[in-house]
Amino acid sequence: MELTLWTYEGPPHVGAMRIAASMEGVHYVLHAPQGDTYADLLFTMIERRDKRPPVTYTTFQARDLGGDTAELVKRSIADAVQRFEPEALLVGESCTAELIQDQPGALAAGMGFGALPIVNLELPAYSKKENWGAAETFYQLVRTLLKPQLPAPGTPKPDPARWRAEGRRPRVNLLGPSLLGFRCRDDVREISQLLGSYGIDVAVVAPLNARPGDLQRIPTADANVCLYPEVAGTLCSWLERQFGMACIRMVPIGIGATVAFLREVHSVLDLELPAELEPGADGVCEAERRSRLPWYSRSVDSTYLTGKRVFVFGDATHAIAAARIASRELGFQVVGLGSYSREQAREVRAAAAELGLEALISDDYLAVEAAIAEAAPELVLGTQMERHSAKRLGIPCAVISTPLHVQDVPARYAPQMGWEGANVIFDSWVHPLMMGLEEHLIGMFRHDFEFVDGHRSHLGDGAPVAAPAEASPAPAMAAAAGVGLSWSPEGEAELAKIPFFVRGKVRKNTEAFARERGLAVIDSEALYEAKAHFSR
Amino acid sequence: MASSIATRASAEADLPPPLKESGQREVFCGLTSIVWLHRRMPDAFFLVVGSRTCAHLVQSAAGVMIFAEPRFGTAILGERDLAGLADANEELDRLVAQLLERRPEIRTLFLVGSCPSEVIKLDLSKAAERLNRQHAGRVMVLNYSGSGIETTFTQGEDGALQALIPLMPASSEQQLLIAGTLADAVEDRLIGLFHKLGIERVASLPPRRSTELPAVGPGTKLLLAQPFLSGTARALVDRGAELIRAPYPFGVEGSRDWMAAAAAAFGIAPARVAEVLDPLVERGQRALAPQRETLAGKRLFLLPDSQLEIPLARFLSRECGMELVEVGTPYLDRQLMAEELELLPAGTQLSEGQHVENQLLRVRQQRPDLVVCGLGLANPLEAEGMATKWSIELVFSPIHGIDQAADLAELFARPLRRRAALSFA
Repeated sequence: MELTLWTYEGPPHVGAMRIAASMEGVHYVLHAPQGDTYADLLFTMIERRDKRPPVTYTTFQARDLGGDTAELVKRSIADAVQRFEPEALLVGESCTAELIQDQPGALAAGMGFGALPIVNLELPAYSKKENWGAAETFYQLVRTLLKPQLPAPGTPKPDPARWRAEGRRPRVNLLGPSLLGFRCRDDVREISQLLGSYGIDVAVVAPLNARPGDLQRIPTADANVCLYPEVAGTLCSWLERQFGMACIRMVPIGIGATVAFLREVHSVLDLELPAELEPGADGVCEAERRSRLPWYSRSVDSTYLTGKRVFVFGDATHAIAAARIASRELGFQVVGLGSYSREQAREVRAAAAELGLEALISDDYLAVEAAIAEAAPELVLGTQMERHSAKRLGIPCAVISTPLHVQDVPARYAPQMGWEGANVIFDSWVHPLMMGLEEHLIGMFRHDFEFVDGHRSHLGDGAPVAAPAEASPAPAMAAAAGVGLSWSPEGEAELAKIPFFVRGKVRKNTEAFARERGLAVIDSEALYEAKAHFSR
Repeated sequence: MASSIATRASAEADLPPPLKESGQREVFCGLTSIVWLHRRMPDAFFLVVGSRTCAHLVQSAAGVMIFAEPRFGTAILGERDLAGLADANEELDRLVAQLLERRPEIRTLFLVGSCPSEVIKLDLSKAAERLNRQHAGRVMVLNYSGSGIETTFTQGEDGALQALIPLMPASSEQQLLIAGTLADAVEDRLIGLFHKLGIERVASLPPRRSTELPAVGPGTKLLLAQPFLSGTARALVDRGAELIRAPYPFGVEGSRDWMAAAAAAFGIAPARVAEVLDPLVERGQRALAPQRETLAGKRLFLLPDSQLEIPLARFLSRECGMELVEVGTPYLDRQLMAEELELLPAGTQLSEGQHVENQLLRVRQQRPDLVVCGLGLANPLEAEGMATKWSIELVFSPIHGIDQAADLAELFARPLRRRAALSFA
């Protein structure tokens, strides 16, 4: 038993719904009690979908439990097949139905639907979660649909360069984009265009907007792109094993990753690497000019980004990518990196180790909030949960990963992947921070009388009321300093000269320093001692 | 509103038999009511004993509006808990101890049963007894079921209130007891009006502080502020309270009749009632008039969800001039709805239960101007060209009382006004 207030992931059947709802021609019959239909609103509200997810719920009640719930399951399946005429049927159960063991998948298989592909989903609700459920469903569905095409054991692997002999352009599948994923709709467009610009076609995009018939065309591609490992990882490995299909695993989020992705694609498909993807003498390749991020990051205004302390948390793919972009491409200092994706914990740990950090693998948002508070970052890159935690802590935040809110599904084109994705990332991570020149001016004018805590409007409302925190050291602050530690009036006065947006951090650091040194009173000398200590 | 009483000759007999439907139900389960109950009683904590689905449901229904450290959570059952109930009980004790340590301000802890806890027969009343012994003097531990196999949406509140009733002190003093969660401001206003009418002692269930439970006994006259409290009403009557029969306090007419019924139960002269309420009625009708202009003649279809459908249909048809296409309700409690059913226009088609696919076919055939429905159905219906109103908003908004009638009507008028305001030509 585990105490949860808010959860990053839903149950595994919600992952299955994400696959069904992403596709056309698939229907999901879910044996579930009344109330589980809440999951529809994830799609119609958060994703703003204009149609209901293709899910039929049995919505059994207590009175049904005395009778024959298996009969209810069969009725629901028969009704759904007749009403929706699906091209493939998923059958499964939610947590409560798992306990009553009606075996809906087995029931469906015995109902004589002829050629209709039926996938019996067994998603253990008490040990697995949403992303696992999505990956398992995607894999099971494709496996069912590709059964007739399974190569005989010993069949040689198809050559990823066979496009040349076949006299056509090379083609790949984009696997993993789904509803309730992060910016999948726009990533697919961006990556399709990107590949197209190098003469590479996209054969199948799935599950997003695919039909079961499209999934049957997966083996016609020369390679798979595992665009979202959380959803497509299991399937890509299986396609590698069973069909010998090569898999491109670099996720193209950020400049370096996009270049690495393109190089991997060219290498796997045995394409000659274009000159613009070759690293120049300075290690920079021409292709990066297709994005504005590298120049914006090098431009003088971005100097103020140097060493900004950033805390990163999200699903494994987006967290790892964000840490890489933050540390290498924006010159931030990553002070925390973590993920709720236990399945990919190893990769996150490796990425954190590279940055000299220990990864935080947790699905307890309070533990994440505590880690953020401890790391005292200047920017949080996280999920919807961290957006709220950061707000409470007074730290700016940009959302980089699911779970998401309706506002993370923007109307505009806002991919995360490829060149345009890098542009979007630059804007959305830097905007919550103060602009460089702005920060400089605030530093320059901070002693002017107009410049007091908080923002004053040019509408003019008379002389500013003396900022209370400045006028008298509030008792709460003295208490916050801890037992046996206080600020002298002169120390407080010195502290007040520090711009308000860093004052909290300075106060905290100074107090830690004073405690460490066993000081009882913090005066201006102690403040400068601490400043020198921390600036080393 | 004497006229409304005169037209009451149209009895329930004029209603065709309700459509009884069974099939897929698109309703929330009783856990959802935690979202407003925990706001009403800030010193209480609601601990769902259930699955990840339960946690995800409450969080999705609540959205992010109350993200701040919530006073509810889920003890998520794991495979080990399913394997052995002894372990599950020990685990629950451990979690509760951990929770109480972190939240010392909690005075009442509700253990809320869920579908999985009911199916594995985890006895939460025994657990509550045990935990009460462990934490005696510090916190009161109660239990009720919000499971989807037993309750819909608002029935969760009925369960929570029933859990509180045995703890209410006995008293035979004369008092008015209002049952059902009201917004604090609305409650203050209504109590003020009852005082003005001459009812001195007015108490509320649930109270604002979970530890300050009202008394109940033979002197208690019970007035229901919400139409979904069947079990609560029965339990309070068992404790000696007398149930006042009235329509529910939605709209000018319903609210006036509701207050007048209470006044009558306390023997207050109708003249006094008229003196206090008639100016409010007049003002309420004036405030309602512009909304009525938007709503009159528009066709309304209510899908079953919050159990408020019948009183709302009554208000929107009688006071706002809307035409009722179909009025769905998750279940029909004829006793608690008797006064409401009498007020519905003759010929109103009710439906009880749900077969969502068939019901949506009727919606498409009828093409109403406004559909009241759950969050899962709203955007799909909007995309088909029908304006919708989310039923969940009705349980979060202050909509009770004469003064709120215009605000209540506005909730339904806004989607129609918005449609009319948009133009992309």
